[in-house]
Amino acid sequence: MRAIVTVIGKDKSGIIAKVSTLLAEKNVNIEDISQTIVQGNFTMLMLCDLSDATLNLKEIKQELSILGEKIGVSIHVQHEDVFNVMHKI
Amino acid sequence: MLNRKEILETINMVEKEHFDVRTITMGISLLSCIRNSASETATLCYDKICKKAQNIVAVANELSEEYGIPIINKRVSITPASMLTASFPGEEVVLAKALDRAAKEIGVDFLGGYSALVHKGMTSFERSFIESIPEALSVTERMCSSVNVGTSKSGINMDAVKLMGETIVKTAQITRDKDGLGCAKLVVFCNAVEDNPFMAGAFHGVGEGETVINVGVSGPGVVHHALKHVKGQRLDEVAETIKKTAFKITRAGQLIAKEASKRLCAEFGIVDLSLAPTPVMGDSVAHILEEVGLDSVGAHGTTAVLAMLNDAVKKGGVMASGHVGGLSGAFIPVSEDIGMINAAKSGAISLSKLEAMTAVCSVGIDMVAIPGDTPASTISGMIADEMAIGMINNKTTAVRVIPVPGKTVGENVEFGGLLGNAPIMAVSPYGCSDFINRGGRMPAPIHSNKN
Repeated sequence: MRAIVTVIGKDKSGIIAKVSTLLAEKNVNIEDISQTIVQGNFTMLMLCDLSDATLNLKEIKQELSILGEKIGVSIHVQHEDVFNVMHKI
Repeated sequence: MLNRKEILETINMVEKEHFDVRTITMGISLLSCIRNSASETATLCYDKICKKAQNIVAVANELSEEYGIPIINKRVSITPASMLTASFPGEEVVLAKALDRAAKEIGVDFLGGYSALVHKGMTSFERSFIESIPEALSVTERMCSSVNVGTSKSGINMDAVKLMGETIVKTAQITRDKDGLGCAKLVVFCNAVEDNPFMAGAFHGVGEGETVINVGVSGPGVVHHALKHVKGQRLDEVAETIKKTAFKITRAGQLIAKEASKRLCAEFGIVDLSLAPTPVMGDSVAHILEEVGLDSVGAHGTTAVLAMLNDAVKKGGVMASGHVGGLSGAFIPVSEDIGMINAAKSGAISLSKLEAMTAVCSVGIDMVAIPGDTPASTISGMIADEMAIGMINNKTTAVRVIPVPGKTVGENVEFGGLLGNAPIMAVSPYGCSDFINRGGRMPAPIHSNKN
């Protein structure tokens, strides 16, 4: 299954490194990534493949949310289908 | 391909605009549980509900986690209970208690279907069933009741309308220690739908399958937010914006409905694309109407804006789902919508205006608190008016009023939680008892003869 990971928060150094390290450790493959600063806010979107992940979606969400709290950003993980159905006919 | 704008739009809908799937409702046929005795029937019903719906809460939580969309309520609807209790009139409450226990066991917040369909005539066991409703609502917590007293095809059963006025008064009195809360779980319908996932009016129609998943999406906050981007523009733009927004939220509902039915081994029934408000700020249908340009909901123009909103929601939603059903439109409950509560408090909206609004939206006079000393015949008159609007316009209409014991106009009542709070609204001081006491059946309108 593929999921969209969204990271939003105040910009500082090391956000991408920390999030992608955690994902790599759990064997989550990042297929696409986009990052920008919107009105001073760091916004990163990642399309991830969880098929070979060592944790399930719920556990990955928990780990990312703990990391997010530590580095001061909010991290969402959602099944990619929700975006596909809402925005494509 | 990542589309940043679309992804962030979805995230904002959930985070800031109260987008959610309002309810996953499992309809369960209990026709196979009918036996001669109350205790045996009650036991079989309890067992079947607990077996079929044992995973509904777990699956809903799992889906919510996976897709990142909150799923607020998990509910069950059943075969109209008057069909289950036909062979033991006078003992209906035994079944009511078993249904309530089942709801608590599986962890759903409401179970709907303590219902009777008497739109053309009423058998003796159905009369006995309706007479059991006040007690049944007073000894249960999570069970909801509804009675269909009219259809466009058969007319209005005015004997049932009279009985329901009396039943509402009795239910208020028997639950007077909770300000008549029992009435918040009792709906009188014209053209009741068999696949409505929303409470208090949900039941599992006899034309339905064994186990069905119906999903109700919501999102008044999302529509309100979208309309802020078309400030001052022509109404064509407003309608288009509502349509597009309704499409998006219904698609998410459709996805959840499909997955939920697969995981719960049930058929996918319908998606009900209703804008259902809650009392929290930013989740109000009234505020959408005000965003379009009314000083307050209740002002002249309200009915027109609501008509457009209701229609645009349907148009956007219909394309987004394989099967649209239920009530589908905009809900205008007074106590459950912060904008409606404020308008009722300030006197901007009256019962007369609410009645007019029900001619163009998907429900009826909903969650309105009225003085506790309102005569039963006056409540029957309110029901008759609403049923007439539904019958003539080929639409569902409903009445869910609470005559709050010991309270009158100028006072407030607090129901708590999703049911919210409301000021007591004035009813007409002029009676209609001679009309109600005539009884009989109001004939179906000419345009129902389509064969």
